[in-house]
Amino acid sequence: MLNALQMFLNKFINNIFKKKKHIKLGLYGPPNAGKTTLANRICQDWLGEDMGVASNIPHETREIQIKEQVNIKSGNKEISFNLVDTPGIATKIDYEDFLKLGVKEKEAKKRAKEATKGVIDSIKWLDEVDSVVVVLDSTKDPYSQVNITIIGNLVARDIPVLVVGNKVDLKRSKLKKVKSAFPQYEVIGISAKKGNNIDNFYDTLFKVVK
Amino acid sequence: MLTLQIVPYSEIHGLSSVGRIRKLLNMAKDNKVVLLHGRLRKEEEAELIKTTMEEINKEFKGIELAVMNPTDNGALTGFEKVKSTVVNALLGDRQGLTLVGPANIVKKVKKDPKKLQFMIEESKKKVIRKRKRK
Repeated sequence: MLNALQMFLNKFINNIFKKKKHIKLGLYGPPNAGKTTLANRICQDWLGEDMGVASNIPHETREIQIKEQVNIKSGNKEISFNLVDTPGIATKIDYEDFLKLGVKEKEAKKRAKEATKGVIDSIKWLDEVDSVVVVLDSTKDPYSQVNITIIGNLVARDIPVLVVGNKVDLKRSKLKKVKSAFPQYEVIGISAKKGNNIDNFYDTLFKVVK
Repeated sequence: MLTLQIVPYSEIHGLSSVGRIRKLLNMAKDNKVVLLHGRLRKEEEAELIKTTMEEINKEFKGIELAVMNPTDNGALTGFEKVKSTVVNALLGDRQGLTLVGPANIVKKVKKDPKKLQFMIEESKKKVIRKRKRK
């Protein structure tokens, strides 16, 4: 009886003083789609600081990066989340591809090894995130299996998804193709680098995030 | 020589998720391009990618993967969508095609909802060697 009373009191007190649960917002996508550039854009806009290093060489982000307590506002609404920038998901990694981009052999081998671990971590983190922004390069073919697998897995886990077609500032961007590839999802075209359509992105994020 | 192995759904039907992934991956690591009648579940696709990453080494650079799923019915409307849902309920993973190939052989996959194209690169080294022998 006393135990039951104690449990009830603990639960009652915990409910009163419980910290507001932080949403984990994941940024997912293939390598070089602009996940870290978008993460930096969000962090610059709302925290005034960068989150990670972005580069033109694929698999620049090889570890999960987390920025805690990012608060964004849109009108009267406000959401608070931990932003999770994930390594790009790929089905193949060859160190020789890095050599072609001017990376030295030793560094290329190290990068390839770390990149494989990064992909594994990204997939493991699918079970940790609450909502996801899938960042796709709108200049590339959206029907790649990696894109479809990522989105399919999020749907299977009942995780809300916002699809972002990044790099719309580039002439070869084909946002319509991204939209037609994923007609059942909200697709927003942005340029994380230049900041095009970012306000619309934040507004849409409010609708999608759980 | 390129080997294309066609795998009927019955070959993977009785297997666990781990078993299905192992079977496909082993064939890809054996330098075979696999055409599976049917498809993996979404979670299995992710698991296949994860397992592939764990096994990448000097010789094995990964895979190219493509799944044709006729029940991806986002663009369908009305009766077509209902029909697709019913067929999916009856046939499940038996529908569709899965292509898995080793990345050192399959260089690129072009995919749209209606077709799949695998770009295969001939081994230049082997061609050169043969020419020298002549």
